[in-house]
This record gives sequence, structure tokens and C-alpha cells, in this order.
Amino acid sequence: MSLRTPLSRVLGHGSAKEGTAHFVSQRISAIALVLLGGWFLVSMYLLESTAYLEVVRYIGRPLNSVLLSLLSVIVAYHSYLGVQVVIEDYVHAPGLKLLALIGSRFAHTLIAVASVYAVIRIGLII
Amino acid sequence: MAEFRLPPNSRIKKGRNFPVTGGASNVRRFAVYRYDPSAGDNPRVDTYEVDMDNCAPMVLDALIKIKNEIDPTLTFRRSCREGICGSCSMNIDGSNTLACTKSIDEIKGDVKIYPLPHMPIVKDLVPDLTNFYAQYASIKPWLQSHTPPPPDRERLQSKQDQEMIDEPAACILCACCSTACPSYWWNSDRYLGPAALLAAYRWLVDSRDEVTGERLDDLEDPFRLYRCHTIMNCTQTCPKGLNPAKAIAETKKMLAERRY
Repeated sequence: MSLRTPLSRVLGHGSAKEGTAHFVSQRISAIALVLLGGWFLVSMYLLESTAYLEVVRYIGRPLNSVLLSLLSVIVAYHSYLGVQVVIEDYVHAPGLKLLALIGSRFAHTLIAVASVYAVIRIGLII
Repeated sequence: MAEFRLPPNSRIKKGRNFPVTGGASNVRRFAVYRYDPSAGDNPRVDTYEVDMDNCAPMVLDALIKIKNEIDPTLTFRRSCREGICGSCSMNIDGSNTLACTKSIDEIKGDVKIYPLPHMPIVKDLVPDLTNFYAQYASIKPWLQSHTPPPPDRERLQSKQDQEMIDEPAACILCACCSTACPSYWWNSDRYLGPAALLAAYRWLVDSRDEVTGERLDDLEDPFRLYRCHTIMNCTQTCPKGLNPAKAIAETKKMLAERRY
């Protein structure tokens, strides 16, 4: 049992002086995703067929390559920010929390890099 | 991990039934959470039947009648019975409110009365609010100014300045909002909760206060402030009709604005 005062417990280690950048980034990436997601849905709809060559050609066009890479990176980034909040909300065991936060960062980075690599590779083949 | 099921010793069992005596025609049933930590039993829900022809209209009136006439062991906090002291906050018919301003007529069927959710229970409807009050104290809820007050009168404020703090200063610290917030349920050890943040906002926008920067510094924290995910239960449940969610959003805006 701790004999710390309730106020001492609440004050803890003080403020982290952090969180605003995370909050703003989450919202700005959300705006970017509305725009990029809209473009992606419309361009998918306009695609004449979903045959392999047709899709590869579509991805290989320079503008599409750039926007698809951006979409993948920002989806991964936005998802990372969100998953971080979920872990902080629900995972309270200190070791598990740290593991989950690091694991999430690695997984999201891997997804972003792999997606961009795939787009570039398709772009260079075509 | 967050616990989604109550531990075995907190699970609620069926309690005793107190039927109305005499030939009452207008009867309402009150299902009330009962728990006595010193007894070592699980919590239970006791049901009391109350003759409404001999009872005043508010839920608190019924609780007082039950305690006076049916079961003196029932424990709850109450004081002003007019919605200004914040003592009789509890969960009535599924939402947090003040028993003294909640009319029994508004509720359909049995009147279900529980303590404020997700708090340690002292007894029956009395939650332990120690952490809640410490959180309020932590935001330094008093005027801080480097400029000394004029020697011959109080510090002046314009009418518009006063209007800024009218609403947030009307909070009675009943804890209905904070204990309605899921984020507060999971992280009340680090998240300040809507009540303390509304109080913090009241001093952030006070035109006489001169430590707004330091106050914002103290709030800027992933847990203290940013655990608010705009769920809005706080505003939905506030028995005084205040808007803690908006105050928190404004605080986040102030923090964002000072960066750019």
C-alpha cells in the first residue's frame, strides 16, 4: 500500500508537454485521406477492367504511382497514430504496453515501405 | 488490459424485497444497489415498493422516504436537495444525474438506482471521490496573477469577460460527467476527466488570470488532456446542462493555436 497523497499520485511525473502534435497530425492525415481516398475510389470506378495488365498499367502511370504511394504511406501513418491511442487506452501492463507500441510502429513502417516498394517496382517494370 | 467483466466479488446478486404495507394504490418499485465492504458479501440489488401518494416527486425524496420509513441501513449522500451541492449524484435509470432534480415521473417502470459507475464504493450509493477531488486540486482552481490587485477595489472584468466564465463556473463538481466517460473509466489514474478539464478551462479563459501559458503547459499531455476522444457522454449527462466536451475541444484548440 502506498502512503503517497492523492494529489501526489495525480501529479505523477508531471506533464509530458506532448500530445498536440499527435492530435494535429491525426486530423491533417485524416483530411489527406479523404482527398486521396476519394481519388482512389473514383479512379478504381473509372478503370475499364480489372484484368492484371490493365491494373498494372494503371499503377505504372506516374501520377497514379505518386498518389498510390502517398495513399499507402498516409494510411499507414494515420493507422499508426490511431492504434497507438487504442493501445494507450486499453493496454495497462507496462511491459506489454511497450511491446505493443514498438510492435505497432514496426508493423506500420513495414506496411508503408512494402507498399511503396510494390508501387515503384510495378512502375519500373512497365 | 482493461477489464470488461467485474471481478467475482463485485458481481451483483439479487437482494431483498420490501413490499409496500397497507392498501396503497399508487406504488412504484425502486431497485437500489447495496454494498457494504465491511460485510464481505457481494453487492446486491434490493427492491423497495414506495407508496407514491405519500411521497414527494423527486428520486431523492423517495430515497429519503425509504431510509426513514423502510430501511435505515440504506446509505447515500445528500445535502441541498436543489441541485447546487452536487452530493446526491448517482446513476438513475441508466444515466448519471442528481437524485434531487430527477423527477420519478420521468422514469418508466422500475426506478433503477446505482452509484456513479466505475468508482470504488464506500457503501451503497456512496463512491470514493478522493482521486476526483485530487484531480480538481491539481489544476490549481484559483486565480493566479503577477499583477497585484488595485489597492482600493477588486480586479475589474468586462461584461464579455465574465460571460466567458459564466458557464464553466457553474459546475458543481458532482462527478456525473467524469464517471460517465469511458476514457475516464479505463484511465482515471492519468486522465483528468471532463470535470477537472472544465474547471481548468474556466481559469484558462478568465481574463484576470495571468498564468494561462503555464496552465496550458500542465495540461499538454497525452493522458491528462488527450485521452478525451470526444465521446460526449459528459455533455449528454451533465445535470446542470453544461458542456465539458466543448471546453475540452476549446482547450485543444488553444494548444494547437499557440504552436502555429
